[in-house]
Amino acid sequence: MKPAPFEYSRPKSLDEACALLRREEGARLIAGGQTLVPFMAMRLARPTRLVDIARIPGLAYIRDLGESIEIGATTRQCIAESDALIRAKLPLLAKALPYVGHGATRARGTIGGSLANADPAAEIALVAVTLGAALIWRDADKTQQTAAGDFFLGPMLTAMPTTGCLTAARFPVWPEQRVGVGFHEINARQSDFAFVSAAAQIAVGPDGAIVRAAFGLGAVAAMPLRLASVEQALIGAKQPEVREALRRALAGIEPMSDLHASADYRRRVAVTLGLRAIADAYRAAAGRA
Amino acid sequence: MIVELNVNGQKRAVDVESRMSLLDCLREKLLLTGAHAGCEHGVCGACTVLIDGAAVRSCLMFAVQADGHAITTIEGLTPGPGELSPLQDAFCETHGMQCGYCTPAMILAAHALLAKNASPTREEIVDAISANICRCTGYAQIVEAIALAAERMRGQNLPAGTP
Repeated sequence: MKPAPFEYSRPKSLDEACALLRREEGARLIAGGQTLVPFMAMRLARPTRLVDIARIPGLAYIRDLGESIEIGATTRQCIAESDALIRAKLPLLAKALPYVGHGATRARGTIGGSLANADPAAEIALVAVTLGAALIWRDADKTQQTAAGDFFLGPMLTAMPTTGCLTAARFPVWPEQRVGVGFHEINARQSDFAFVSAAAQIAVGPDGAIVRAAFGLGAVAAMPLRLASVEQALIGAKQPEVREALRRALAGIEPMSDLHASADYRRRVAVTLGLRAIADAYRAAAGRA
Repeated sequence: MIVELNVNGQKRAVDVESRMSLLDCLREKLLLTGAHAGCEHGVCGACTVLIDGAAVRSCLMFAVQADGHAITTIEGLTPGPGELSPLQDAFCETHGMQCGYCTPAMILAAHALLAKNASPTREEIVDAISANICRCTGYAQIVEAIALAAERMRGQNLPAGTP
């Protein structure tokens, strides 16, 4: 047995789970555990108690709220991946989900778990930041809401206190008729952590000009980034030509650097993948009459 | 703590420490050694089992999380003693194994694929086993084996002599 010893609790309700987190400083939540368990096996994480929320009723759902789709925190990634509503209304999330880990981890991993874990390379977090999702969490008896752009503070670091429990993510649905998405990432092996990922969602008007754009980069910096200056450069364009805008935006960012991918490499690849994601999104939007 | 696991259709009560992975529990407590311990942090895939029909890493799950789920190991895949499933047969025929260490996991991953997709393309087969590492790098025959098994299983319910 590789992990350090811990106690295991399976509360019946969210109230009980939050109370357990407040009672014990070393307590941590587990749902799918697809990141936490390997961290524990390597003893990078040593919780004194695991609070298993995977079976708390009412935390796993996909709900159409009209202007947004709300996804319950313990909704498993494989469920969201094959969900017709998500495919129809949140095409960017649908496009990104197959890149999350691999099939065997998506079978257990949850949407909320990936968000709360806040890995800089996490695809779900990138989509949440790019689309401006709202993350809903509970601390003691208070329910709070944080914009995804303010939620991620750094690698494995969020604005939510350690006693908080993420309960849902609300992703905005674009009402425009012609919407297209693009998603690209590069890694050493299929299903491995991304060195750079790029997500784009674009809407075009009847004349083929871009009327709305969302663009984000993952794994480049310590948290997913939404690049508003690139989005602005896209508005009104009929041929997206934003190489310069993207370069300028990246010049102001200090990318992460590690053994696998240097900061320079990440900056260069971010331009290439970003342009590909934007080109895909535009083509899909303009082609769908 | 005592957990009641449903393994290969049988209810088994086991006394485990909360930090015991499902993999260790299967191997050490239930002596089902077909699930192999490789990297033990979710990368190699050697410990794959089916949880409610989906291929899952048994090293990335604690045994205490697994009660109430239907767990299938390679030992539960054979139709009867001394018999092989069509997938296992196909792996023998195409020599879809070398050292055999990754084989139970490859077969279970393929089983989960064929259960929901009777006619997978080569790409779909490759994707289904992409998270399972074969260090002998015998992937070509493994892909061949899965395609052969799929073909045979599709023909299973056809009357004899159907082209």
